[in-house]
Amino acid sequence: MTLILTALAATVTIVFRFAKQKTAEKLRLGLLALMYSGAALMWTVDGFAAMFAGEPFVELQNPSVVADDAFLGICVLFLGAAIWAVGLIFKKATKKAV
Amino acid sequence: MACFVVPAAEAVVVAIVKKRADKAAKLQAEALACGGANAQTNTEQKARTKTHSGEKISISKKLGWLNAMLWGGTALLFLEHVWHGEVVFWPPFLTAAANPADTAAMLYEIATSGVAMAVLVTLVWAGMAIAADNISWVKAALCKQKEGANQ
Repeated sequence: MTLILTALAATVTIVFRFAKQKTAEKLRLGLLALMYSGAALMWTVDGFAAMFAGEPFVELQNPSVVADDAFLGICVLFLGAAIWAVGLIFKKATKKAV
Repeated sequence: MACFVVPAAEAVVVAIVKKRADKAAKLQAEALACGGANAQTNTEQKARTKTHSGEKISISKKLGWLNAMLWGGTALLFLEHVWHGEVVFWPPFLTAAANPADTAAMLYEIATSGVAMAVLVTLVWAGMAIAADNISWVKAALCKQKEGANQ
């Protein structure tokens, strides 16, 4: 579920990055898209590793695991957004200082 | 268990290489600027032409993409590992390092999943870098952004 949410977030940010270029440039959405993409790729490898170990690629059978993973996925998205926001504020602050 | 260690290590190496590439580009620009007004005008003109036709994006910018993917992925995976109790904030930091049997499994995971993660991210980045130079609409989009940033 974490992989699904991160991949979805990566897709949305990539589409937005290319569809609304001026806004994306102002908001540095490329950075967010790259961060989510990197994490989604890494979890894809994790999924394959689980598959080779005899587990499902993405656990969707056990509701408690799905709920836990979904909550983790949301926290991951928030962390990504927080890192991006801090980067954005820092960049703006340094620009103003110069 | 600690698979994010490999992408993190690669991110450190990429950050150092990017810093060196930035420095080299700066020195080159300074050397060109010192080469006289004519040389500077030519360089500026060349740079402008390059931006308009979208010939190539600097290696430093491309390394920045890889850096963002690796650091971002590592940070988000770190959270996942903390969530699952595989990483703690007190020594030995990795819970699997507490006993030898778990340590062996952790090292195996680092050697397999960790390396595969780093390789996959690098391959995707290489594909992005090639696409950015060769696919017209990607090139156009990135050059538009570059021009906007220059203004």
